[in-house]
Amino acid sequence: MSEAPAEQRVALADESNDKTNTSVRSRNPIALYLSRILALCVVELQHIRHDRTELYTRLVQPTLWLVLFGGTFAQLRNIPTGDVPYLAYITPGVITQSVLFISIFYGITLVWERDSGVLAKLLVTPTPRSAIVAGKAFAAGVRSITQAVAVLVIAFILGVRYNANVIEYLAALLIVVLSAVLFACVSMCLAGILLKRDRLMGIGQAISLPLFFASNALYPITLMPTWLQWVSRFNPLTYQVNALRHLLLNTPGNLALDFLVVGATALFGIIAASAAIGRLAR
Amino acid sequence: MKNEPAVVINDLSYSFGDKTAVDRVSFTVQPGDIFGLLGPNGAGKTTTIRSIVTILKPDSGSVRVFGEDSAKSSVNVRRTIGYVPQALSADSGLTGYENVSLFARLFDIPRKERDHRVREVLSAMDLDEAADQMVTTYSGGMIRRLELAQALINTPRLLVLDEPTIGLDPIAREALWTHVRKLRDNHGVTVLLTTHYMEEADQLCDNIALLHKGKLQAIGTSSALKQQVGEGASLEDVFRHYAGSQLTDDGGDARNVRSTRRTARRLG
Repeated sequence: MSEAPAEQRVALADESNDKTNTSVRSRNPIALYLSRILALCVVELQHIRHDRTELYTRLVQPTLWLVLFGGTFAQLRNIPTGDVPYLAYITPGVITQSVLFISIFYGITLVWERDSGVLAKLLVTPTPRSAIVAGKAFAAGVRSITQAVAVLVIAFILGVRYNANVIEYLAALLIVVLSAVLFACVSMCLAGILLKRDRLMGIGQAISLPLFFASNALYPITLMPTWLQWVSRFNPLTYQVNALRHLLLNTPGNLALDFLVVGATALFGIIAASAAIGRLAR
Repeated sequence: MKNEPAVVINDLSYSFGDKTAVDRVSFTVQPGDIFGLLGPNGAGKTTTIRSIVTILKPDSGSVRVFGEDSAKSSVNVRRTIGYVPQALSADSGLTGYENVSLFARLFDIPRKERDHRVREVLSAMDLDEAADQMVTTYSGGMIRRLELAQALINTPRLLVLDEPTIGLDPIAREALWTHVRKLRDNHGVTVLLTTHYMEEADQLCDNIALLHKGKLQAIGTSSALKQQVGEGASLEDVFRHYAGSQLTDDGGDARNVRSTRRTARRLG
């Protein structure tokens, strides 16, 4: 047993610690929970501010989709998009795809943070696991918003015109954030299962393209074979695209259902990922 | 209350699958101590530490930090400790200030006090001038001090440092020791650290626990340990006496070694 008698030395830290604890206890737990999520989003904004290169390189792919794919397929004229021009029709799809591609690799960051000890340090704060997961997921939302706005601007330059008011734009951004939350959580769940960055890269690529093509991002569901129509009905991407299309282009749709699916899957994602990061902590 | 031990570990065991990392370890850390966990790679130091800082729930046995059970009242324990993991855990995509500020938010330091607190701990670690520079411009020693600053933001009563000087050059190492001593002497912070440097245990730690193959081999002050082994023995001799001939190849798994090397490379 160690025997250093040191009782006389402790005073200072003791008192200040008690003070911190009481001032914390008097605050609303929900406000504290949200402030922790906010803290992780602030860090993401700081990251973006310090290094904008990723922001620009990430714009290459959606631009190519709009210019090459959109430009070519607009010539076909027999894709039944209603009275919406084809380029406008796929703009919400391209936004959703960008969000998916950004968020599906967030688990890699988590694995990196695990290897570097950042995750351990976060887990040793009073922050509950679910708040860490939600914080990371909403951070993906923050990054996705910058991307979505950029795609909206690029599409506008290419001639797409929106039919939306301020509230509809804001609701569209909310859909973008919730979509990012879902995909980031899927990615964090996978991180908890796979525990390795390279495996995660492979899986991320393997699921993101099928999700994209098995949705109504590029063409209406009615064009698909029946079995694929069924798949796309269980694909959250379909509901995200529907919501964005309805909000930005005023196409007919069931916005309440879309919001319900997008919101519920995001919430479920946070719960599942909170359970999964336990494995990463060990 | 003032006399209660800082850390009481009672019969702690933890296994990863069928590999026992910590095997029925018990020891006590008195408040105000700088306490060293000494042992070769894979001895169970990090697992012991991770049980103390509430990351791992013990398979059996218990860990108490200032009277609170690490597994049962983990949030209370987290509020009383500051933890610096072995790998370099500062975010190099941010400034030093932003790194500390994140932890100020996560420890619920009210907005009014936040800036003052962050500047205060950075200043205590001699990082005032570098506060607004990106961490990528920091030296290895500065990064370690930044991590100490992060760990101090909640005015912890117990600082837990996992291999704090690994990969540091001798000058940066001495500087870190000075900071750790100052925290203990001026603020009464109890320090629990792991190391596999004999010199560090010898010069910095009031008490040393020697771990090998998950078991506690010996505990006491550096001089007491030396006397047990024999007249004129060094701490190296003590180490060799308890672990020496048994040093095996299972000294940490690949992830452990990779992480250590990465830390050393980033510091070097």
